[in-house]
Amino acid sequence: MIERKLSNAQIAWRAAQDIEHGAYVNLGIGFPEMIAKFQPEGRDVIYHTENGVLGFGGAPKEGEEDWDLINAGKKAITLEPGASFFHHADSFCMVRGGHLDLAVLGAYQVAQNGDLANWSVGTRGVPAVGGAMDLVHGAKRVAVVTDHVTKDGKPKLVEACTFPLTGVGCVTRIYSSLAVIDIIDDRFVLREKLPGMSIDDLQAVTGAPLHIEGDPLDLLVPALD
Amino acid sequence: MDKTISCLKAAVADIPDKARLMIGGFGGSGAPIELIHALIDRFRATGSPKDLTVINNNAGNGSVGIAAMIKAGMVRKMICSFPRSSNAEAFNEKYLAGEIELELVPQGTLAERIRAAGAGIPAFYTPTSFGTELADGKPTEEFDGKLYVRERWLRADYAIIKAQLGDALGNLTYRLAGRNFNPLMAMAANRSIAQVSNLVDLGSIDPEVVVTPGIFVDGIVEVPHPRQEEALVRAGVVY
Repeated sequence: MIERKLSNAQIAWRAAQDIEHGAYVNLGIGFPEMIAKFQPEGRDVIYHTENGVLGFGGAPKEGEEDWDLINAGKKAITLEPGASFFHHADSFCMVRGGHLDLAVLGAYQVAQNGDLANWSVGTRGVPAVGGAMDLVHGAKRVAVVTDHVTKDGKPKLVEACTFPLTGVGCVTRIYSSLAVIDIIDDRFVLREKLPGMSIDDLQAVTGAPLHIEGDPLDLLVPALD
Repeated sequence: MDKTISCLKAAVADIPDKARLMIGGFGGSGAPIELIHALIDRFRATGSPKDLTVINNNAGNGSVGIAAMIKAGMVRKMICSFPRSSNAEAFNEKYLAGEIELELVPQGTLAERIRAAGAGIPAFYTPTSFGTELADGKPTEEFDGKLYVRERWLRADYAIIKAQLGDALGNLTYRLAGRNFNPLMAMAANRSIAQVSNLVDLGSIDPEVVVTPGIFVDGIVEVPHPRQEEALVRAGVVY
């Protein structure tokens, strides 16, 4: 039974605390984009978007959009001082070539060996992959932000993914609505959990064994809503 | 040498049925709307070109540009990474009815396949898609302890692209994030045609800022004050 969980904004806040000063970062379309809003004061982070911009900032005011200046989610953006433009091949050199410090993506499922499924649930419809399969390769750290369980309560952290894979053995850290978990040597290693939640309760909603190395810290996040 | 073409109609006049056609842009950013619409005009008037294979990151949005080409029935196959948009009805309907083919390619692999074609590299290895269904049937190889997927170059008969400044030799600059696939496609097609917002005198573009050198461009047509696809979609324009 899950009595309390973090909101998406709170998960994004927690993920933002780990982004170091001077990092080059790609945030996936949708939920991961929210992380930029919680970038801690005093840290410079340079954001990359697949369609060829480094150093972009938030959305322009309504009515001031220039639709030639967008991010990979096709949202209007602004530029920070020091921004640059480049073509798509250079953009993915940055991605696959190991030049990004961090990529953060959403997930349908993450397996204990770091396999990620986040692009298709395998049902009928129009498939679309975008840059997800590229982003999981090359960044020094690949993190996932996600609810700990699906809307109907099934674990999203699993022994093996059942949805089509985005990448094999690629995820290094998971920020969930209940915990922060590292993936080390094909195992989930619990780093932080919500205060008051027992390890047994957390294990009950996790689809593969949680390994404990030292006492997990409390996952402490401000109220943001 | 003068690569300028007098009008849009002439710029797209020789693209044949069944051509493999690269179209620049990422969503609406950098999309050569006027060249696409000139191609649609020709199809409406003559029934040609049809059965096209279109290569673009997306598969059209709303009822303009590539979406209007698809609605008109000119496109047999799309090669793209993300055939979804705020309004992708044109592609979705044809795809779900089995009336259009889709080759889905991860975005970075799509860019590199196009670049490789322009660079004369017939195949390359990438970590992208290894172990996924998009690598099914493709050769793999281990390099320095890691596994990679072999991908082929992606060539085209024609490319239609959008740039900002251009001169008679085909030297180009781009606008903001509208660069995206345009410089790659210019390299990868047998014949590349650019629409530019400003056709300027030779020598007016500082050689230090040329993004696409003219050797990659075969035809150039001036379209002052071009329309922007996203703005058209938001205005509900139907072409």
